[in-house]
Amino acid sequence: MREKGLALIAGLLFGLGLGISQMIDRERVLGFLDVTGDWDPTLAFVMGGAVLVTLISFRFVLRRPHPIFSTKFYLPTRNDIDRPLLIGAGLFGIGWGIAGYCPGPAITATVLGIANPFIFLAAMIAGSLAYRAIAPRLAAPQSPTPSQPVTK
Amino acid sequence: MEASWIAGLIGGILIGLSATILLAFNGRIAGIGGMVNGALTFARAEQWRWWFLGGMLGGGAWYEYGLAPQPTPTSTFAPWAMVIGGFIVGFGTRMGNGCTSGHGVCGLGRLSGRSLAAVMTFMVTAAVTVFITRHVIGL
Repeated sequence: MREKGLALIAGLLFGLGLGISQMIDRERVLGFLDVTGDWDPTLAFVMGGAVLVTLISFRFVLRRPHPIFSTKFYLPTRNDIDRPLLIGAGLFGIGWGIAGYCPGPAITATVLGIANPFIFLAAMIAGSLAYRAIAPRLAAPQSPTPSQPVTK
Repeated sequence: MEASWIAGLIGGILIGLSATILLAFNGRIAGIGGMVNGALTFARAEQWRWWFLGGMLGGGAWYEYGLAPQPTPTSTFAPWAMVIGGFIVGFGTRMGNGCTSGHGVCGLGRLSGRSLAAVMTFMVTAAVTVFITRHVIGL
């Protein structure tokens, strides 16, 4: 229960941060990405402020043997820069540039009572499920299973 | 413009604090793409993710209807940009294991090489995409 309460408070801070920084206004995000236009640096300060905090705080947090409410840290374990990472990130950027939303701001922007974030989130969930559906097939050439012939 | 970078910095620090307490107390990464995917499994062990997402709505509402000096501008209705952009964001987030918050805020904080590569990649493709949509096609 205390983990859920903590998650609620963390989410509250996150949403508040997205609101105050105005990242819930997609024009601000697009204004940052539009480097050859009337450039809006706000997003750099948001990202910079957030990373400044985590760069310092994570050092101290990860020095502990385990989190305060839990027995282990759930951290990504991979270090290799592989093709799916770069293609996935590249696609993410294209979608972000088209929509002006990424997952966080889209969720918080639903409180504005406009349709855009809802449409974005529905499409985002569809895209995520689509990748999950085809991912085993993309990975197949690296780990072929003799009992299941790979069909193209 | 002066106010916007200060607000950006304050907002960014709050996001960084959010990621800090989620890691310090629950041992979890505040990546919102993964938050949504995990929540949608509807597994018992992932219920906390719904609380986080609920908090994100509460925080947004608190700002917009309590603190905001003026209402957040709501841009033009762009359904097709949302459908196409949203689908690609969802696909890419799962393929690349993270989004702006997972790779950006948390991954860079952990000094992850994978996250740095991801952030540089999506910043470049996003800027190129906006250049094409705004200045080449002229949307």
